[in-house]
Amino acid sequence: MAPLYALGCEGSANKLGIGVISHDPETNKTKILSNIRHTFVSPPGTGFLPKDTAAHHRAHFVSVAREALKVAGLASPKDLSCICYTRGPGMGAPLTSVAVAARTLSLLWGLDLVGVNHCVGHIEMGRVITGADNPVVLYVSGGNTQVIAYAEQRYRIFGETLDIAVGNCIDRFARTLAIPNDPFPGYNVEQLAKKAFFEPDGTTKREPVLLDLPYAVKGMDCSFSGILGAADLLAAQMRKQDALLASGATLKEGEERITPEDLCFTLQETVFAMLVEITERAMAHVGSKQVLVVGGVGCNERLQEMMGLMARDRGGSVYATDERFCIDNGIMIGLAGLLAWETGFRTPFEDSTCTQRFRTDEVHIKWRTD
Amino acid sequence: MATPEPAAAIQPPPPPADSTSTHEFPLPPILQHPSAAGPAELITQGAEGRLYRTSWLTPTRLCALKHRPSKPYRHPTLDARLTRHRILSEARILQKCRREGVAVPALYGIDESQGVLSMEWVPGRPVRVEVNEFLRRRAEKYPHGEGGRGREEVTRDEEGATPLVGLMRRVGEAVGKLHKAGIVHGDLTTSNMMVRPWEKDKGPVNGHHGDGEDDNAERSLEGEIVVIDFGLASQGSADEDRAVDLYVLERAFGSTHPRAEALFTVVLEAYRNTFKTAPVVLKKLEDVRMRGRKRSMLG
Repeated sequence: MAPLYALGCEGSANKLGIGVISHDPETNKTKILSNIRHTFVSPPGTGFLPKDTAAHHRAHFVSVAREALKVAGLASPKDLSCICYTRGPGMGAPLTSVAVAARTLSLLWGLDLVGVNHCVGHIEMGRVITGADNPVVLYVSGGNTQVIAYAEQRYRIFGETLDIAVGNCIDRFARTLAIPNDPFPGYNVEQLAKKAFFEPDGTTKREPVLLDLPYAVKGMDCSFSGILGAADLLAAQMRKQDALLASGATLKEGEERITPEDLCFTLQETVFAMLVEITERAMAHVGSKQVLVVGGVGCNERLQEMMGLMARDRGGSVYATDERFCIDNGIMIGLAGLLAWETGFRTPFEDSTCTQRFRTDEVHIKWRTD
Repeated sequence: MATPEPAAAIQPPPPPADSTSTHEFPLPPILQHPSAAGPAELITQGAEGRLYRTSWLTPTRLCALKHRPSKPYRHPTLDARLTRHRILSEARILQKCRREGVAVPALYGIDESQGVLSMEWVPGRPVRVEVNEFLRRRAEKYPHGEGGRGREEVTRDEEGATPLVGLMRRVGEAVGKLHKAGIVHGDLTTSNMMVRPWEKDKGPVNGHHGDGEDDNAERSLEGEIVVIDFGLASQGSADEDRAVDLYVLERAFGSTHPRAEALFTVVLEAYRNTFKTAPVVLKKLEDVRMRGRKRSMLG
């Protein structure tokens, strides 16, 4: 049997990703034919609004889809088995834009539609790329923070954030500091945090200062909104210091000078320690030694390093991918959709809706039998 | 327009070092001391600490020694702060539970600078293991396939479920007792509760006699629930915190034992009768459930 092809369309947040993937049901081999992404970047100090993001996706869908097909080099779109799109979770307006476009393609080419859970897409992509067969999954992005383990044809959520996602916490703090959103805010926070190891001259080594932030872990759940609030307060204090020093005055005796670098360093150290802790708790609970990190925050090198240190102590290993597969993309939707399609799953045209709320554990993982 | 990423060939990373081999750790200093009592055996590596079985003062008194090694991934300042805080609070809470008559291991000794806490050894197995064993036996008894129910969910009225229902009831009562004493556990899972077999010839002391059938295997579900691992516990009696505690347990239970999920209602029913404001907590639990993230908004 020849390999099957699928087109995946993702647009649940500010990334519009379209790609072509092939999967051979007999050999279980996967091949990426194209993976095109176009990101809506908002100015520093602002976030991406649903309306503008949806307009971006609408404006670029055709060119990105054409590019994806061209790079894939398929003879005809008829070679595809199905059109896969993100059904949720995500922001309503961007999801709708992409769903409408996916429907159009499905009608145009007479292909089946498959609505995909975004989180399941991340997990399946991570498993294929890294070769981790049954890991505990930490899914961390701007919209989601979940610790997941597979059991009996469901990805079950063991722990998650009780309020905002970790990526949202980092992105919003980047906004507080008015750090550029290009290529993405988390990347720039990571680079600033690395600078905390050096004096302002950029060469002399120094020990970064760990400022005081709350630490909020409840079992396998955690919370980030209080940490964001406390970090924002420290940033406000830093600006007061800036103004004071600019006016020629000096800081109070014993008051520590706060820098953006130390703030970013502290934020990363604190929230990542929480993530590693809840992941380790889930690993201890289910007795697993593999951990897979997926989602946009998953490409942070410091998080990967910390996770690696934890996994090493447990005699296991960490699996992570780079930004091509970690950050939202079309092929992950194509892959999860194609796997479902092979088991006979279809999304009838009249049901091809999207939803902002779609739990990871709602999806029946029919393609896994372990 | 951003430059399109090339479609890279998929190259899995090198396979990890044999992840099934047992991992060896250096013993904590207290167990390396020449006069350390008896050989220590690593029992489990939890998320926070490693649990050793050793003896306390006399060679026959078994003791569980919990060592919280420093976490290499954590910033040293944060690590020291968390370890110290958690070990002291765990000791304090164990003492308080003991005073209030909640079944927890007795505290023997503590050295927070070394990250070491020693306590009474609780015989028996975790509730998680017992429940899974029960489900496994059930699946063997009723192989799945046409008309089989081994893979279906357990219902409380089905034949043979009585011992499991009894265990669930005792779990609910144990949590209730804990909350009544003003303790919120913070990490309630079926791994953090032990089933301590009733003492020989004594029988259950709290009136649960007759839960078991004559089946010997089912007797392992018999026993007193001993809550362990208070590293994330706190003192408090806010309904909100108690409800979150139950919510954490409910979710952990559902994800760990999907086939026995329906029996969780038994836990809550038993909890309801343990203290005066328990019904208020259960009402609050409904709110907490609704707050869960990305719940489907049906109806």
